[in-house]
Amino acid sequence: MEKRLPFEEPLYELEEKIAALKRFMAEQNLDLGEEVERLEARLAHLKVETYRNLTPWQKVQIARHPNRPTTLEIAQGMLTDFLELHGDRLFADDPAIVGGIGLLDGIPVTLIGHQKGRDTKENLARNFGMPHPEGYRKALRLMEQAEKFGRPIITLLNTPGAYPGKTAEERGQSEAIARNLRVMSALSVPIVVVVVGEGASGGALGIGVGDRILMLEYAWYSVISPEGAAALLWKDAKEAERAAQTMKITAQDLLELGIIDAVIPEPLGGAHRDKPEAIRRIKAAVKAALLELMPLSPKTLVDDRYEKYRRIGRFASLFDETPSTGGA
Amino acid sequence: MNWREFFRKSTKAKRAPRPLPSPTQKTGDVPEGIIEKCPQCGALLYTRELEQHLYVCPKCGHHFPMSAPERFRLTFDGGRFFEYDADLVSDDPLEFPGYREKLEQAMQKTGLTEAVMTGEGTIKGHPVVMAAMDGRFIMGSMGSVVGEKIARAIENARIKRYPLIIFAASGGARMQEGMLSLMQMAKTSAAVERFHRTGGLFISVLTHPTTGGVSASFAMLGDYLFAEPGALIGFAGRRIIEQTIRQELPPDFQTAEFLLRHGQLDRVVPRKEMRDVLGKVLAVHAGRGRSGGKAASV
Ligand SMILES: [Zn+2]
Repeated sequence: MEKRLPFEEPLYELEEKIAALKRFMAEQNLDLGEEVERLEARLAHLKVETYRNLTPWQKVQIARHPNRPTTLEIAQGMLTDFLELHGDRLFADDPAIVGGIGLLDGIPVTLIGHQKGRDTKENLARNFGMPHPEGYRKALRLMEQAEKFGRPIITLLNTPGAYPGKTAEERGQSEAIARNLRVMSALSVPIVVVVVGEGASGGALGIGVGDRILMLEYAWYSVISPEGAAALLWKDAKEAERAAQTMKITAQDLLELGIIDAVIPEPLGGAHRDKPEAIRRIKAAVKAALLELMPLSPKTLVDDRYEKYRRIGRFASLFDETPSTGGA
Repeated sequence: MNWREFFRKSTKAKRAPRPLPSPTQKTGDVPEGIIEKCPQCGALLYTRELEQHLYVCPKCGHHFPMSAPERFRLTFDGGRFFEYDADLVSDDPLEFPGYREKLEQAMQKTGLTEAVMTGEGTIKGHPVVMAAMDGRFIMGSMGSVVGEKIARAIENARIKRYPLIIFAASGGARMQEGMLSLMQMAKTSAAVERFHRTGGLFISVLTHPTTGGVSASFAMLGDYLFAEPGALIGFAGRRIIEQTIRQELPPDFQTAEFLLRHGQLDRVVPRKEMRDVLGKVLAVHAGRGRSGGKAASV
């Protein structure tokens, strides 16, 4: 059964009312067409209104929807000849990060992303999309292979975080993420990053350094999950709704903050309502970014990427006398 | 008085040669400044005595956290150094509730402008660029200023062709600056990569605690990874891990010794040996005559 999000209840109620009315019409052989039309118009209007005015917390819920397109679905949908490749050659194959090669409208690419499951069984197998060090090391291996063959890299971010476990710490979770940040900053091929669902902290960033950072309309990306922030700030994970607002984690907020480069609009109601259309839009946005980046020389790519990250940050100098940045 | 006025006043007052900060001045409260209790063995120690022992308990060897000014003073030859970018202060880009007050409190408490000090000096005669984080300043967390000062220090080391030494001490990324903080991980790591490509030497010393966004970025990227005894080093917090795996963790989990055993560090270096060990590495690197290897280009 489809997972219902609380704020969508009025929509479902109206949909059910329309369905009931139609059944009643058929049973009683009555013509209530006008009433049905009126309700359907109201439903269409309500949908637009609901999804246009989503709060950050509601967006978080959409981003976590179990039917949201996964990395493998997106890879299958936007690439031809997609071939998944496994293993970090050091320890294991992490099912929480997947990667492979394929053609995007004929352009050879390497695609890597966090992989969540669509139900409990799949999620257990995928560790809920929470990678171990071997996941980051597999990603690194595939990215270095892409660089060797001059292949652009696409990474898809969708994780509730790097796995907080004993074995992950023993095998160097910090080192694995840090190394990826370092190496990705200087890979001489284009890297396009798309935040497709949840982008939680270092676990997301660990495959998220690139030339263009795109974000689906209802995805979120944050230094800490809303629940984590709420627990730390207000000692209560139930304050997550407030944290989602305060932390500025939506695509729209992050575009304004200059953290991401573009927002990819989702089909009405979210990517899970029309996966093929969502994947078409992701593909179009990624391809447009690649076409901009591919003509650049390796040196320009790396220099531009360095500058992109080097510039991020907001601070002031005590010697700065400009009143506009003065403290409140 | 807001934090910026506060600091303008204090920097104006400090125009004269800056006195070396002493720990009793910096830690504030006088009663606490005279005697400290060792959290490991319970010994009562005079602060003066503790200072003479580099803030290591003379009874049990417990390493007390060290402030950034003390780290600078006790690591550089003669306690002399030139500080970089002490004028950089945090903004409040998210207009985060309570952040400005928190910054102001941290400044008053530590006498620092941010959670990291950067600068240059010499160690055993070798010029180096150094950064030292200060865990007392909002848990040593990395926001825009910490990221910027670290990145600038790395760039200075690259341009001057000096070795780089960073003493990390941080709870991770600074929540109050949201994604701007997370991106400092990428920024500092990119700066390390550039430095690395020009053949620069980076010694990273992990001190208590080095966790989260700092352990998962520049702190783990040294050519040499050292840690102080007993330092807590890890990505995720112990409590979160226990909740996740529903198992008790070994008592030494995520300590420097634990990491050494699991192949994640080069050495655990007691504080008393730190200057000597750093000196040895610097001496080996200062040795003339390269043979093969990757050509370092600026
Ligand atoms: Zn002791």
